[in-house]
This record gives sequence, structure tokens and C-alpha cells, in this order.
Amino acid sequence: MTPTARATKEKDAVATREVKIVNRLGLHARPAMQFVETANRFLCHITVHKGNQKVSGKSLMEMMMLAATAGTVLRLEAEGEDAVKCLEALARLVNEKFHED
Amino acid sequence: MAIAPAIVLDSEEFRIPRRNIDAGEVQEELARFQGAVDRAKEEIRELRQRVARDVGEQLGAIFDVQDALLTDPRVDQEIRELIEREHYAPEYAVSTILRGYAKKFLNLPNRYMSERVVDVYDVEKRLLRNLIGAKRESLGTLTEPMIVIAHDLTPSQTASLDRSKILAFATDIGGRTSHTTIVARAMGIPAVVGLKTITADLSGGDMVVVDGNRGLVIINPDEAAMARFRDAEQRFRRMEKELGDLKDLPAVTLDGHEVQLWGNIEFPHDVEACLARGASGVGLYRTEFLYLDRETDPTEEEHFQAYAETIAALGGRPVTIRTCDLGADKFTHLSGEYDERNPFLGCRSIRFSLQHIGLFKTQLRAILRASALGPTRVMFPLVTNLKELRQAKMILADVQEDLEEEGVAFDADIKVGIMVEVPSAAIQARSFAKECDFFSIGTNDLIQYTLAVDRSNERVAGLYTAGHPAVLRLIRTVVDAALEAGIEVAVCGEMGGEPNYVPVLVGLGVQFFSVSPATLLEVKKVIRSITKQEAREICDKVFQFDSDREVDAYLGEISRRLLPEMYA
Repeated sequence: MTPTARATKEKDAVATREVKIVNRLGLHARPAMQFVETANRFLCHITVHKGNQKVSGKSLMEMMMLAATAGTVLRLEAEGEDAVKCLEALARLVNEKFHED
Repeated sequence: MAIAPAIVLDSEEFRIPRRNIDAGEVQEELARFQGAVDRAKEEIRELRQRVARDVGEQLGAIFDVQDALLTDPRVDQEIRELIEREHYAPEYAVSTILRGYAKKFLNLPNRYMSERVVDVYDVEKRLLRNLIGAKRESLGTLTEPMIVIAHDLTPSQTASLDRSKILAFATDIGGRTSHTTIVARAMGIPAVVGLKTITADLSGGDMVVVDGNRGLVIINPDEAAMARFRDAEQRFRRMEKELGDLKDLPAVTLDGHEVQLWGNIEFPHDVEACLARGASGVGLYRTEFLYLDRETDPTEEEHFQAYAETIAALGGRPVTIRTCDLGADKFTHLSGEYDERNPFLGCRSIRFSLQHIGLFKTQLRAILRASALGPTRVMFPLVTNLKELRQAKMILADVQEDLEEEGVAFDADIKVGIMVEVPSAAIQARSFAKECDFFSIGTNDLIQYTLAVDRSNERVAGLYTAGHPAVLRLIRTVVDAALEAGIEVAVCGEMGGEPNYVPVLVGLGVQFFSVSPATLLEVKKVIRSITKQEAREICDKVFQFDSDREVDAYLGEISRRLLPEMYA
């Protein structure tokens, strides 16, 4: 899925991307941690949507609370300078099954 | 019922020193919080390094989760907000936020993820340890009355609670008739168990109301709720005082039929509570505590000391001692050889005793020796067939012979009876009545075995009720058989202590009730409020129903009519 970018000013770029959790055990502690570590390398804000739930992609506690099992589709929303790069990194991580399996 | 601040027991016992700070302290407390976070982070990183080095990278990585939780920006923000805006002390803020998350984890459907709650608790403990420092409070150093909240309390822990400091307790697990609850009831300490997540629902320092009668725990009640509860507490005290006036009055029905009220005990010191409430003896001395929490078997002397002390405290009133009712699963040094899938239906109680004759004889010797000191009866638990009874009696006779040869005194006419607590014994009551001196109906287990329900399993605990028509009919069979054979029959389970069922039991012809001391006076009150004729009529009516719901509804009505002040 290609990222869509809507920019008013470069600083406020908001990018969204959908990813599907594909590793067998889902987004348990270890992958959640990798996700959050990756997200924290970037300056942008990350919001992760699962259905009606909305959490911060930089908070391990909140990401674990999502309890996203295999097959869950998450909508990632990043806002800030490096939004697009951030989403690319996160999507890659998810698609590579967090180096599990 | 009790109202007090809560202390939450973990394996390390942390007490939150205070909940609130002054506006002027905010900056200082924020800095203290940051300091604790930094130190906790250091600890975890060191720990991680050491484990990775000594054991392996994989295991070291386990601590990465805690590290990440500690540095979670969201959690950090939420804790700071509580300190800055609500003026929470850092300890209270940490506990509130992390337990809030812990509770959410516990509710996650996926078990692998819900188990992460352990990490959340660990982080909480680590932060608290760094905030509170070396000064760790334990239950032994409480300075004000509190209410204990724990995952579980063992019966021994319950029995050793300092009543002047601990007003009540609430636990995650346990059921109405688990041993902990029984001890709590016997001690008169308000308690609610089986709450599942109470330890995550509140923090140390939260104000808590525990209403043991209604099984309610209220956290941080508002003014109105507090007023209501203080009112209810007053009414309850008034009623207790009224009941206290009954203590020395006889347990007779309005038309003059006397009923013997005895108490159930676990320890010799329980006798005091029984006598204080007018018991005329002990109808069930549960001897299991002599065997629990120890590496070796109790010696004959240890048995004898306990029985002698009990008999002395009773001052001439009778005691019925039940032989060991435990299964192999409770004997730590034996559990290696026993791996029972279903200990409840396994080698326990009389079966266990008959397979461990050495242990059995030790207990019987002590009981017989004690019988020389005061009126004593011995009772065998979980007897399911006549052969067991006959074997047990033979072994008792052997022990009597031994003692005689040794010239040791004992009551040669000691009465021997059985607990009727399984359907087979109830159904065959007539045959058993010919070979026993008395029956004692163990309604707790009788109900469980008859209705096939585990009383401590919260999922099905609702099925457990003495009002089930099948249970009532079995009890009637037992009582009829006893009366026909001219032997005494007592009810020693919780059913006998529940006001609703007392009229039915009296109506059936039960003349001996052995109940938990806390319920003695209530039972006496009911007995003194009816005639035997009324009791028979109530009984007849009850046997017309075919569902426990109808039975319990009807009996509830009767109770409300007989004792309106108890059901305000």
C-alpha cells in the first residue's frame, strides 16, 4: 500500500499508511517494543488506530494494550518532518514479521 | 463491615506513605520522581547486562520490556500530570497509573499478552522501592487501622492477623466456603473474597469499605456513601448487641423444644469465641491445622497438647474431634509420590488415613488419651462405605488395646461417629446408623458431591446451594435414619449457620447444630422465634417445591417475617 501524503507546510506533513500484522504471535511484548523503539527514533508524532482504538505509537504500554493479533489491520498516522520516513520504517518492520517466525 | 485505608500486599509489602502533597511541594516531588525513574532505569540496565552475560542474551532481553515501560512517554506524562495537577504524591501516582494499566492487561482476552501484567507490577515495585527507599513497611509495623487487600491469604495468615490493626480484608481468589473464609468468619473479621482483580482495582492508601455481610467492597466512597455505611455499621452494632443479650438464654423453640448449639473450631483458642456466644460444646474440631504448613508430621504429643487444651477450655462441655480430613496434596513431603488429577475425589480423609495407618494411629492415640480428660467423641470424615467404617473402628480398637496394655487412661466408651457428607453414605444412612454412635451431616461437601459443583470455582459457585430439593431429601433421609435408630444427628456444615435453613432443619428433627461461632447467636435467635410445629409446617411446604429458587425465595420470606430487624 502506498503512503498518502497531505502537506500544508512541510513541517506539518501528515502521512497515513495501513499495515497488517502478519507474524504468528501478533503484536506481543517483543514486537511491540521493536515498533516503539523504531518510532522513537523519529521526531514525528505517531498515532496507531485499530478500529475505534487510538494509541500513541511511541508508548509501549499503549501499543501492548492494543493486543493486535495476527491478521489485524492497523492504520498508522504520522505527523511531522520525518513522517513519511517513519512510516516506511515501521511498515518494513511489520512486513518483515519483526524478524520472528 | 469496616472502613479504613487499604494496604495492598504483594510479595514485598509496600505501603504507600501518603496520597497527597501540597501545592508548594510539587516541583520537589517531581524531581524526586525523576530521580527514582533514573535509578530504576540504572538498576534494570545493570540487571540486564548481568543476566545477558551470565545466562544469555535471550534472557537479558526480557528486561528490555521493563526498561521500555519505565521510559514510556505516555506513562511518564500521566504520572506527572497526577503529581502536578491533582497533587498526588509520586508513590500514589505511580501506583494508580500502573495499576490502572495492570487492570487493563488483566482484561485482555489473549492470555499471552495479559501475562505481561507481571512486568507492569514489577516496574511498579521497582519504582516504589526507589521512591520509598529502604524504609519498607510490613503488616507488623502498622500504626493505624487498615484493610488488607491481597491476591490470597492463607488460613494461617488470616488467623494471625492483628485484629487491632487489621479491620477487614479482601482477596482476588477464594470462595464462600474456602478455608480462609471459614477462618475469617470464625474470627468475626469482615472479608470479601473471589473479587478476581481487587489487587489491581485500587492502590495502597485508597479508602475502602468492606461489607462482609453483603460481599461488597467500595473504593474511595464519596461523602454520601460514607454516611450510608457509617449508618449501616451502627445498625449492625446495635443488632450485635441485641444478639449478645441472647448469649445466656437457652436455645429452645417457643413451644419448649431444646436444641443443642455447638461451635465449630480449628484451633484450641477458638473455644473462647464459642463460649463467649453461649455454645454448649464443640461439635466439630477440624484437626487439619495440625498438619498444615510443616515439613514433618505432627507428633502424638503435639496432637495431644492441642486436644487437651481444647478440652480444658471447654470445662466439661463435650467435644467432637474429626480425624484428618486432608489429601496427600497437602502433605508437602508426600506430594512427590502423589500426583492426583482430582484430589477432591482422590486419596483423602479416611481413605488417606486407612492407607497411612501409622499417621492414623498417632492421631487416634492422642484423641483417646485426651478422652480421659473430658467428654470426647471421635468422628471419621468422608466415609463412603461400611467397610471403611469397620476398618477404622478396628484400628481404633487396636489402639485402645495398646493403650490398655501400656496402662494409659482413656475413655473406653468413647462414642464413634461419621461425617455424612457423600451421597452414598446419606443414601445408605440406615445401614450406617446401626454401626455408629452418631451422625454429623457435613453439608458443605454433601452439597458439592450431590450437585457436582466446586464451591470455590467462581464460575459455577452459583449452583452451590443447600436449598436444592435433592440435597434436602438426602438430609431428610439421614435424619430419619438416625431418629429411627435412636442415635444423635447433628448438622455441622455452613447450612446449619444460615438463618434461612434453620427452621427446615428443626422441622426435620435435627436437635444438634454445630456452627461457626459468628453465627451462633443468629441461629439461637431463629430457634427462639419459632415453634416446632411451625418448623414442621415450613419443612412440609419446602418439600413441595421442585427448584432451589422456590425453596430459597420461600425461606427468605420466612426469615424476613420472623426476624425483620436482621434484614433491614
